[in-house]
Amino acid sequence: MDLIATALPALEQALSLVLQPQQIFYLIVGILLGLSVGILPGLGGIAGLSLVLPFLFGMEPVSGLAMMIGLIAVIPTSDTFSSVLLGIPGSTASQATVLDGFPLAKKGEAARALSAAFMSSLFGGLVGAFALTFFILIARPLILAFTVPAMLMVIILGLSMVAILAGRVPVKGIMAAGLGLLLGTIGTAGAGGSLRIASYDVPYLVDGIQLVIVGLGIYAIPEIVSLLRQDQSISRSGGLGKGWLDGLRDWWRNIWLSVRSAILGVAVGIIPGLGGSVVDWIAYGFTVQTAKDKSKFGQGDIRGVIGPESSNNAKEGGGLVPTLIFGIPGSGSMAVFIGGLALLGFEAGPHMVRNNLDLTYTIVWSLALANVFGAGLCILLSGQIARITTIRFTLIAPYLFMIITFAAFQSSQRLGDLVALIAIGFLGIFLRRFDYSRPAFLIGYVLSYRTENLINQVYQIAGSRFRRGFEVGMEYIATPLTLSLLVLIVVSVVVGVRQAKHIRESAEVYTGGKAAPLVFLLAIMAYSAYAVYDASGIMRTSDKMFPIIVGTITLVSGAFLLLRMVRKPADDPAFMDLEAGGEDGNAPVGLWSALSWLIGLVLLSIAFGFVIAASIFLLVFFRVAAGLSWMRAAVMAAAGVGFIVFLAFSLGRVFPPGLLQEVARLPWPLN
Amino acid sequence: MALNTIKTGMSAVAIAAAGGAGLGLAAPASAADLAGKTVDFVIPFAESGGSARWAQFFAPLLSEHLPGQPTVVVRYRPGGGSTTGANWFAEQTTDDGTLIFGTSGSTQFPYLLGDPRVRYDYNDWIPLLASGTGGVAYLSGDLADKWDGTADNLQDEFFLYGSQGATSLDLVPLLAFKLLGLDVEPVFGVEGRGDGRLMFERGEANLDYQTSSAYISSVVPMVEQGLAVPLFSWGALDDDGNIVRDPTFPDMPSFKEVCEATAACETEGVAWEAWQAFFTAGFPAQKIIYLPGTASNELVELYRTGLRDMLARDDFAELSAAELGVYPQMIGDAARNAHRLATTISPEAKQYVLDWLRDDYQIVLE
Repeated sequence: MDLIATALPALEQALSLVLQPQQIFYLIVGILLGLSVGILPGLGGIAGLSLVLPFLFGMEPVSGLAMMIGLIAVIPTSDTFSSVLLGIPGSTASQATVLDGFPLAKKGEAARALSAAFMSSLFGGLVGAFALTFFILIARPLILAFTVPAMLMVIILGLSMVAILAGRVPVKGIMAAGLGLLLGTIGTAGAGGSLRIASYDVPYLVDGIQLVIVGLGIYAIPEIVSLLRQDQSISRSGGLGKGWLDGLRDWWRNIWLSVRSAILGVAVGIIPGLGGSVVDWIAYGFTVQTAKDKSKFGQGDIRGVIGPESSNNAKEGGGLVPTLIFGIPGSGSMAVFIGGLALLGFEAGPHMVRNNLDLTYTIVWSLALANVFGAGLCILLSGQIARITTIRFTLIAPYLFMIITFAAFQSSQRLGDLVALIAIGFLGIFLRRFDYSRPAFLIGYVLSYRTENLINQVYQIAGSRFRRGFEVGMEYIATPLTLSLLVLIVVSVVVGVRQAKHIRESAEVYTGGKAAPLVFLLAIMAYSAYAVYDASGIMRTSDKMFPIIVGTITLVSGAFLLLRMVRKPADDPAFMDLEAGGEDGNAPVGLWSALSWLIGLVLLSIAFGFVIAASIFLLVFFRVAAGLSWMRAAVMAAAGVGFIVFLAFSLGRVFPPGLLQEVARLPWPLN
Repeated sequence: MALNTIKTGMSAVAIAAAGGAGLGLAAPASAADLAGKTVDFVIPFAESGGSARWAQFFAPLLSEHLPGQPTVVVRYRPGGGSTTGANWFAEQTTDDGTLIFGTSGSTQFPYLLGDPRVRYDYNDWIPLLASGTGGVAYLSGDLADKWDGTADNLQDEFFLYGSQGATSLDLVPLLAFKLLGLDVEPVFGVEGRGDGRLMFERGEANLDYQTSSAYISSVVPMVEQGLAVPLFSWGALDDDGNIVRDPTFPDMPSFKEVCEATAACETEGVAWEAWQAFFTAGFPAQKIIYLPGTASNELVELYRTGLRDMLARDDFAELSAAELGVYPQMIGDAARNAHRLATTISPEAKQYVLDWLRDDYQIVLE
């Protein structure tokens, strides 16, 4: 057992390096920073890491590592707060958690959902750390087995989750995913750099639409607007039902689900270049596929929380394997981590694993300790923090509008970010209203870029092999690994298609006439047609094929749906419209008046800059929408603005400037 | 908290501060020093790239050595392949020394190519420091016996090369391969050179290049196992602007030497001139720190004093070698010279590259 003979002494040495008061101190600093950054929707690992980078230079390596790892390790833990409590994915790793976590919060079981999630995170994190310990010594050939065709298969496996998340009317799920894929193609093409939809006259679109904005627009805005219209607390009963101890029991009852999902998380995390964007969806899909009773998924099944949360923390351990062995980042935050390592004087790569194994293993220990501390702290806090769901939502909403606007602006620091946020928010509201699967849309969007890139690469590389001979080509694409992944994809699609109808956000079908759903369908089809037309004008084949094919599929699906709409009566599920009944339909506040608050904030920002805009917005909102006295409204507004200014200051972030700032020089933070 | 660990060179700081103050006597009070100010070191890239690393390395050193010891904060303005941030910088009129800007090869290339996104003019800016880097091209081990220091025996081979895009820094290797007469198909869409190396390691690509530090830490082990064969380094520039061997790899021929030895390759004419222009902008003068053109002479002098001081500290060579490789960090006239070479191209050479991009890769910049 060569492996253990190498690993054990180094592990022991590493433990003694980590268990020093100074290292523990920095680890805890990292954990606390990670928890505070992760809890805010739209800000994740990169924002947190860039906060500590300036301090790394000249720092003692183990301390610096402990701080960075503490921070990275707890982000997928703390981002669960906003996913469960507010229905806003805290980061890409927690998108799937929203599906069942948020309905649980609405039922008044937020504490239960949170503690189950944190327990799963803790467990998943430990599995990840354990896997890292050994894989770091042996995973090299394993990682090299993932050739481009194999990676493409994993991406398609992720896309196949659309099948099970497609919703009540499958063809709508396909359209949602197609639309997501198309949205992902906007901007500069990965291969040849051709522009799609965008033009140099509108520079904003050249970089495409950022993930943060899509996540906030598709999930956060529709949910906040919908909750705001109810004018009550998130928990429908106004109180908390089951407590955090129930969540721990739930986790224990589903321990095997947690084990499976954690292993899945490690496995997907290890494949370089895929990162966290798919892992929670695949975990959620598998959780549903393997569950016996599927009737509650999407409406608050605790297993829908345990699955993805076990996998997204395990993924961090897995993701460190390629990062450390090859020096290749699996995600944006890993890239910053490598940069941080360099500031500490280490170059990630085979050299470091071989010659500094003890130091490398301090990462393992830091990871394990951070998960125990971080998740443990979160479990203890979950009962208290869950109370936010019992507060009247109208008092929370303006702060959320402020935070998501701020977070969206950080993605590229242009006013276009705010416009894009509103535009995607509209799309999110309509997707939700007309029952198009938002998860399917998001999966499509998140995987779009990689799918296209990998298809192009496979085409090129396999093409050159096939030119040398048919067998050479087949040897390359039809490896045992790709074939087994193919089988898995087929099974996943077949199982998914059969079970999709069980997973839905709303159990009831509300319909209210044919006109509105029909108009939205025609709008999607018109966009798809335009995307196809736009792409057909591109010179480079590699840059045009993907949008043309995806757009055509979306159009054909749209045609099928159109046919169904023409033939079926107006109460067919195809005409689902949340405005026609249920919570939204009977809400005391109208859709447009709720949404106009956000639009107001954005317009004010464009005019006066963010800080002045937020001050006016908060004050007026608390006075008019929430009906507080001027005095209380002023106090609440001041608290909110004070918080965001403090946040921007400590993260070193800038605020959106407005037209006013162009004509007048103002002091910080007004500039 | 960690900044106080850099205590070495404190006396140097005191001297610098005094020097800065002395200069400031004749200048407006604001240029005397930067005490109590925060300098924004803006880079047109995200937090995760090589430029972020480079800027993070310099920020604390600048903070320590600039007269008045201002806080130096790295700020990121990514987008448009770095043109968004550069366009932003071009509009700034900050004249109190609280703004400096760090470019990279990917800021220089679109400028040289006349990319329509470019609304900045390098001639408006004042260069302060230029950092060079280098790289090594290598070949799959199974082609080892066809490599004899020239590309003559490789003319009938077919190569796949994982590339980040023909208008990125990869323009330099792709053009070099073309000059050597190699039949190379770039597989576009790899994210970073690390991804390209992985493609090589998996046997999907058979030609690759890495920057010096990645070559040493990740490719040299492959060379030792016979899996890879080093071809050449891109080279470095001497004081007169001639291409010489890379100081990190003194035993390895430069691309120029290999080109001279290869029958199909010529080191004169418009093609070579084009390669040389982009090579300079992409490697020996890759990253440059600028002040806005609105900065006063006193301010420029104040920065130059601080930078001279930084380079003079005893452990600078050691620190920068660990972080940036053993390449010269140029200031003063050397920086100005590097800036000039990295931002100038003849119209013929530019047209040659534009035609090549269009004919070989169907890439049109408009």
